[in-house]
Amino acid sequence: MITFDKVSKTFATRSGSVVALDDVSLEVAQGEIFGVIGRSGAGKSTLVRTVNMLESPDSGTITVDGMEMTALSAGDLRDARRRIGMVFQQFNLLNSRTVRGNVELALEVHGVAREERRRKAGEILDLVGLADRAGARIFELSGGQKQRVGIARALATNPSVLLSDEATSALDPETTASILELLRGLNRDLGLTILLITHEMDVVKTLCDSAALMENGRIVEQGRLDEVVLRDRSKLSAGLFPLGELPEERGTTIVEITFVGLASNEPVIARLARDHDLSISLLGAAIETIGGRQTGRTRLELDGGAAVNAKAVADLRSQGLAVSVVRGDA
Amino acid sequence: MIDVNAPGFWPQLFETLRIATGQTLYQVGITLLLTAIIGVAIGTILVVTEADGVLARPFGSRALGRAINAVLQLIVNLGRSIPFIILMIALIPFTRLVLGTSFGVTAAIVPLTVAAIPFFARMVEMSLREVPAGLVEAGTSLGASRWHLVAKVLLPEAMPSLVLGFTTTAVSVVNFSAIVGVIGGGGLGDVAIRYGHQRYSVTHIIAVIIILVAIVAIIQAIGNAVSMRMRGGGPARARR
Repeated sequence: MITFDKVSKTFATRSGSVVALDDVSLEVAQGEIFGVIGRSGAGKSTLVRTVNMLESPDSGTITVDGMEMTALSAGDLRDARRRIGMVFQQFNLLNSRTVRGNVELALEVHGVAREERRRKAGEILDLVGLADRAGARIFELSGGQKQRVGIARALATNPSVLLSDEATSALDPETTASILELLRGLNRDLGLTILLITHEMDVVKTLCDSAALMENGRIVEQGRLDEVVLRDRSKLSAGLFPLGELPEERGTTIVEITFVGLASNEPVIARLARDHDLSISLLGAAIETIGGRQTGRTRLELDGGAAVNAKAVADLRSQGLAVSVVRGDA
Repeated sequence: MIDVNAPGFWPQLFETLRIATGQTLYQVGITLLLTAIIGVAIGTILVVTEADGVLARPFGSRALGRAINAVLQLIVNLGRSIPFIILMIALIPFTRLVLGTSFGVTAAIVPLTVAAIPFFARMVEMSLREVPAGLVEAGTSLGASRWHLVAKVLLPEAMPSLVLGFTTTAVSVVNFSAIVGVIGGGGLGDVAIRYGHQRYSVTHIIAVIIILVAIVAIIQAIGNAVSMRMRGGGPARARR
């Protein structure tokens, strides 16, 4: 649905040039919720803004729903933007208009007639749960309501793609949860493809089907979450489980075992200790709901020599377990 | 010296003031009408032709945008830096060219307008700059054209602030209109000079001051009320 092909973008600033996007290639499938996570300054905001050409890349191509955004004329680009809604961290609503007026703006700029605008705005406000606030002014709304108006405005033109630039970052945890739930519902009911950027792992965890990790303008890892959690030595996966820092180096091997669906009835750890004559320390464990599925991870410390540990890990893998060796030999 | 106790003094005074007030309001009104239209246009062009403006590249040319911006900046700066009394005198030949005369109530509208436009254009520029860039970005993401960005986003969002700027401009124009009375522009300034100064009538001076203060107070009150109403009675954002 959205394809980035070798996209680069450099900004010239007073103190030199900043590479915001460095040879980024990315594929967002139709109907999925794709999260891009990274620290501020990693380039994720630039990434999402190139999709609807608020920021034009220096090189590379971006294709949305078959349209090559980077090659469109000004008029075609305006039309293409009807198919791509966008919501913002600071909502960016017009104080000069009512709630309904803000939603109608999306239709006005495309010459939709008054009655049709009214009807459509009412329909969309109903969808986001704000039908009773249609006549309210923006400053009368709470943060969560403002973002609902932002979402309604973005959806007024029936887009196939929704871009979210830190849509929940200005909201409190409860409001964030309700907005995420709304986005999930829109994705499910309208088949809306969502590309969101965030610095909050929780958003990725609760909402996304796929994710990418950005550092210094580069995509360092990406994939479907259900597949990412099973990856060996995955940075993205490590962020999904709050297991804390590793202990200090003491010549041992540290592994993490991930269980999806928590279906294991096997005494995995007891058997591992017995079969390989290891003493195993449990360093941490967590259960998270990732992509709608209960997923657990335990961090174990193995005190055998390199050869023994390697055999133990191979044994675990042969049982079909997802093992990530986070430190030492194996 | 005018005798306050002479028969017919008060009726004459009221008649003089009524005519002069009418002249001042006419001058100020026409001036403000022209200033509103041209000032908004110039102020808007100043903002949109900046490097990151909506119209940074008119007809695809950044050079043209930069040139338009530079020329308008120069005009506005020139207009703002010349003291009104000097501008007024310097414009006498121009006024004569435009209206055929440089004398009278209508002729005074020319220097008043020429002085008020750069003043208001600068205020328009400041008001438009206060509109958060995110709003223009949101409009762009909806597929708005450049014209729609100006007409449906920038100007409406700046409107409460524009109204306050216009109010300040209006007060200044009232002020300037008293000065043009000195060179035969009529109005309340003319009364102050002819009766108050040349014929030593303190009563006339005081009456003119009272009327001017009242006009300014009414303009300011209307401006504040309209601006507040546009904000929907919401929290007033600090301006300047």
